[in-house]
Amino acid sequence: MDLKELYQEIILDHGKNPRNLRKTENFNKDAKGHNPLCGDKVHIFLKIDENKNISDISFEGSGCAISMASASIMTDLMKEKKEKEVKELVDDFLQMIKASPEMKTKIISENEKTKLMSLSGVKQYPMRVKCATLAWHTLTSAMSNSEEETNTEKID
Amino acid sequence: MNINNIKKQFPIFNNKVHNNDLVYLDSANSSQKPQMVVDRIYDFYTKEFSNVGRSVHYLAVAATNLYENTRIMMQKYINAKDPNEIVFTKGATEAINLVANTFGQKFLREGDEILLTELEHHSNYVPWHYLRKLKGVKINFAEINNDGEITLESIEKSITPKTKMIAITHLSNVTGAILPIKEITSLAHSKNIPILIDGCQGAPHLKLDMQDIDCDFYAISCHKMYGPTGLGVLYAKKKWLDNLPPYQGGGGMIREVKKEGISFGDLPNKYEAGTMATAQVIAFGESIKFLNQIGIENIEKHESELTKYGEEVLRKNNSVKLVGNPKNKGSVLSFTLDGIHAHDIATILDEDGVAIRAGHHCCQILHDKLGLSATARASLGVYNTKDDLDKLNDSINKCKKIFDR
Ligand SMILES: Cc1ncc(COP(=O)(O)O)c(C=O)c1O
Repeated sequence: MDLKELYQEIILDHGKNPRNLRKTENFNKDAKGHNPLCGDKVHIFLKIDENKNISDISFEGSGCAISMASASIMTDLMKEKKEKEVKELVDDFLQMIKASPEMKTKIISENEKTKLMSLSGVKQYPMRVKCATLAWHTLTSAMSNSEEETNTEKID
Repeated sequence: MNINNIKKQFPIFNNKVHNNDLVYLDSANSSQKPQMVVDRIYDFYTKEFSNVGRSVHYLAVAATNLYENTRIMMQKYINAKDPNEIVFTKGATEAINLVANTFGQKFLREGDEILLTELEHHSNYVPWHYLRKLKGVKINFAEINNDGEITLESIEKSITPKTKMIAITHLSNVTGAILPIKEITSLAHSKNIPILIDGCQGAPHLKLDMQDIDCDFYAISCHKMYGPTGLGVLYAKKKWLDNLPPYQGGGGMIREVKKEGISFGDLPNKYEAGTMATAQVIAFGESIKFLNQIGIENIEKHESELTKYGEEVLRKNNSVKLVGNPKNKGSVLSFTLDGIHAHDIATILDEDGVAIRAGHHCCQILHDKLGLSATARASLGVYNTKDDLDKLNDSINKCKKIFDR
């Protein structure tokens, strides 16, 4: 186990100064997520244009460094992505966090993959995996217009 | 009292956590178990096992006697008047549900009010919430003061002519505030209101005398008292247990069962339906012995010194903010760190073998009131030492180092 790996500089940077921590004006999709175990909360706002591109994405919330960094890095990455690319990225990220050693998608650059891989330190801390995945699950429910709050205790 | 000898009685401390000695600061969540309790469970299953109260063979009679013996030990430990005032449950949670359910069924109507406090654990709120749904009762919360205490005045202010039950914690599992339960009980009784004390955090740390406190109900979790999991105790005055309806139905709690109807058994069986946590009850007898061997007064003294020391050490640490500042404080040190979330603190401390809890500690109402989404909590038991608190402080400083890179 290595704390330095879990709390890499990039995570601390995004955790302390999260990007896109605001509310998109005129958002047309949103969803709330909650990790009852830690009290982490995130509310994701999306503006999807007529070509089904994400023209803006932002979030509000509070939580640990891991959950804030994950939401921050994710929202940076999702800007200008197409709806179906979002699904591929979310699936690939969740797969990486839970099992596979790397990300397979070709949609994003190696540089961007490295950023996401910085969250893989949670693999060694099973209780913290939910912190890293909360924003991603919440994004999925925002995309599908789900009314129900994402609750990490109901997702494995 | 030599604390090193006491620590030696807990086999868990022979283990390393991430190659470090274990610094266990999560006893408010659950305490570790002394060897004698662990051994008792093993011995019961290997040499003496039988179900209790049903058969007449040798083992059944012996097991029944052992089981009933713990009831008497517990009666003496908390100075209840009658052994039948001790009901075994699966935990404090079930004890409170038992009271809310049976008392609610029989005595509560629409518009009646139940008074809780903002300090309550979800276990002493959710069971009453059901009655809100079921009976249309209203729930009020006595407010904490700036120090995270509940005073007699705060309770007095919140009582209305419709208050039909007061249910409050003995010792807050977040701020550590010890409530003046004897005075509150006497206030409640002066207005003819029964009172339930959630004694989860009181029982492991404070001397208890039910006849002196005079409360109607007192709920206990045995796993926080150096005993096994899956076991709790409800103390209830006999007049209540005689008059309230049964809770769960099943074997052991009945007198006569006919197709046309059923009559219920006498105390204590009336509230102990089905096969109970037999091994746990018998092993819990050893927990009481353990507590008696040290003496609860010595435990109180040791833990109160440690709490003061912990407060001192953490106050000196500029980045730590203690949660609550009660004058009468039990073995709980909750805190926040500037710019570092409680869960990150807990993960970093864990690396050093320091076990604390982070989150809302099942007290969301209180955390909302304090405007905090989560806090870190170090809580003490009889095996803790000043050294443990120094290690806590060292690890907290390490958190800062990691985050300030
Ligand atoms: C104050 C308080 N009340 C109730 C409970 C619930 O106890 P149990 O889960 O053992 O039933 C706890 C334990 O977490 C507690 O600290």
